Amino acid sequence: MMFIDPHIHMLARTTNDYEAMAAAGVVAVIEPAFWVGQPRTHVGTYIDYLSTIVGWERFRAGQFGIRHYCTVGLNSKEANNEALAEGVMEILPRFAVKEGVVAIGEIGYDEQTELEDRYLRKQLELAKELDMLVQIHTPHRDKKRGTSRTMDVCEEHGLDPSKVVIDHNNEETVQEVLDRGYWAAFTIYPKTKMGSERMVEIARHYGSDRMMVDSSADWGVSDPLSVPKTAHLMLKRGIPEADVHRLCYGNALDAYGQSGQIAEADWTNPPEIDQRTLYEGNSVLRGQAPRVDSDGSGPERHADLERLSPDELGVEN
Amino acid sequence: MASPYDLLQSWLTRQLTDQGREWLGATLAKVAQPGDDKALYVALGLVPRKLGKADLALGSEELEAAAAARPGWDPRGWSVDQAARVLLLLGAAEVEPERFPDLLDTLCATADVGELVAIYRGLPLYPRPDSLVTRAAEGARSNMRALFEAVAHRNPFPREQFAELAWNHMVLKALFIGSTLYPIQGLEERANRNLARMLRDFAHERWSAGRPVSPELWRCVAPYAEGEALDDLAKALEMDAAGGARGAALALAANGGADARKVLARAPELAGAIESGRLSWETLSKETG
Repeated sequence: MMFIDPHIHMLARTTNDYEAMAAAGVVAVIEPAFWVGQPRTHVGTYIDYLSTIVGWERFRAGQFGIRHYCTVGLNSKEANNEALAEGVMEILPRFAVKEGVVAIGEIGYDEQTELEDRYLRKQLELAKELDMLVQIHTPHRDKKRGTSRTMDVCEEHGLDPSKVVIDHNNEETVQEVLDRGYWAAFTIYPKTKMGSERMVEIARHYGSDRMMVDSSADWGVSDPLSVPKTAHLMLKRGIPEADVHRLCYGNALDAYGQSGQIAEADWTNPPEIDQRTLYEGNSVLRGQAPRVDSDGSGPERHADLERLSPDELGVEN
Repeated sequence: MASPYDLLQSWLTRQLTDQGREWLGATLAKVAQPGDDKALYVALGLVPRKLGKADLALGSEELEAAAAARPGWDPRGWSVDQAARVLLLLGAAEVEPERFPDLLDTLCATADVGELVAIYRGLPLYPRPDSLVTRAAEGARSNMRALFEAVAHRNPFPREQFAELAWNHMVLKALFIGSTLYPIQGLEERANRNLARMLRDFAHERWSAGRPVSPELWRCVAPYAEGEALDDLAKALEMDAAGGARGAALALAANGGADARKVLARAPELAGAIESGRLSWETLSKETG
């Protein structure tokens, strides 16, 4: 089974993670621009960060046979530093049209301050101007109201809900997000947000239309295998395979595919120039020898997820 | 004679769709306006979205025209997006050639990988090459193999512009990261004693670690095959049957001195293969490449 993790901060992850993800079937990832755990203080570091996620990280992922895409934006936390925020808004258009940039994101509210609101609105306008998708980060605190408010603002600015992905949903927010016509993403996180078992119940209740699963794995306690693990747990719990496929692959592709920057052929039949230079490819799909390093040793393989028990598959605290 | 600009434009015109041609024409006109860097940033970013990433279709005639327009220019392996990006850069360079090196630095600061590969592949075509050496060396320092090779492979820029230190590190790095030497232009012309010493030290490290030594390494040692270097070549000839022996034999043959020939005589089969043309740096590169 192929998986897409449509929200993961690979910049903070190790090569072991990449190897384990590739071995578990992850073929593509989307790296949203976010903060880096502590606030940046200069626009220069922000430029280098964006340049890293459109360049270096994309290359790094390609070495493990994983296709890397990203979203660019000013996150809600750093929107509270007005000088930084103004600088970022100025350089953002330069990054928005880079190859593999699938949306403006992750943007939204953190504490729902006035500055966060101002820069959310400015970025929604930018997305509209460039005809881009939007990836929304919903707040951890005051979540339900923050999520509704974000959708109100998107609609106030005339965005089409089918071009907006609302992320970090839970049982309390999903109904409204789907009712209003948005894509709903669920972050499977060990300590907060959603757990795999809860995700199974959501799939049971809501099916698989316009919903997707992601890991949001970053520099904190998180699991880069959340998507494949949750998929296997769903299968074990009797969720139909077609639904699991949509939740863990197809819907992310449909939603972000609207950007024209991500397509299945990118990993099943990549352009020759990419095969020569930027993408080591998938040995199964392309019928080539498995990747080995110059010493002849292959990557460390992750334990076969099929054999893990539901307990081991559950990404819970 | 056609300029590189003309050639790129005609190759692209032939291969693009009507829509692509129209976009490229309008965009070239836009970036030819002085003082509008933003148009160039956006245009460079948009190229793959507008024109795709197909391989540039080039036959021997086109390659000859390229080499005639700019000696050493070898656009084999270029793609449509790369050709279009270089064409746009050449268009912008024409407007204000004096400012071009600064402009290139600014572009690189926010470029994605595809843009960087194109920028570095275009190095031999830009004005003021002597002001682009730092930029080129930055590309050769990259950890991204595609960028390193955009500078090092099939590119006359390093042979013409790099000082010895930068040249030597580029060659050594090619071997270090498992890339190949064969597509580097000017290997014989730029061979030097320091590089030969660095490469031999590297071979010793690999031998100590029990790891294979690229047969291509010996190519740059060839002119200095004497004393300890000759001992190393003899050792490679004897123990490195996996591949190094063939490189050592080629180096000894290239050196051609009496001592070198004496060592080569220990491997008559390889000497015969070289004599008959069955073994050359080119045939070797087909295995290592």
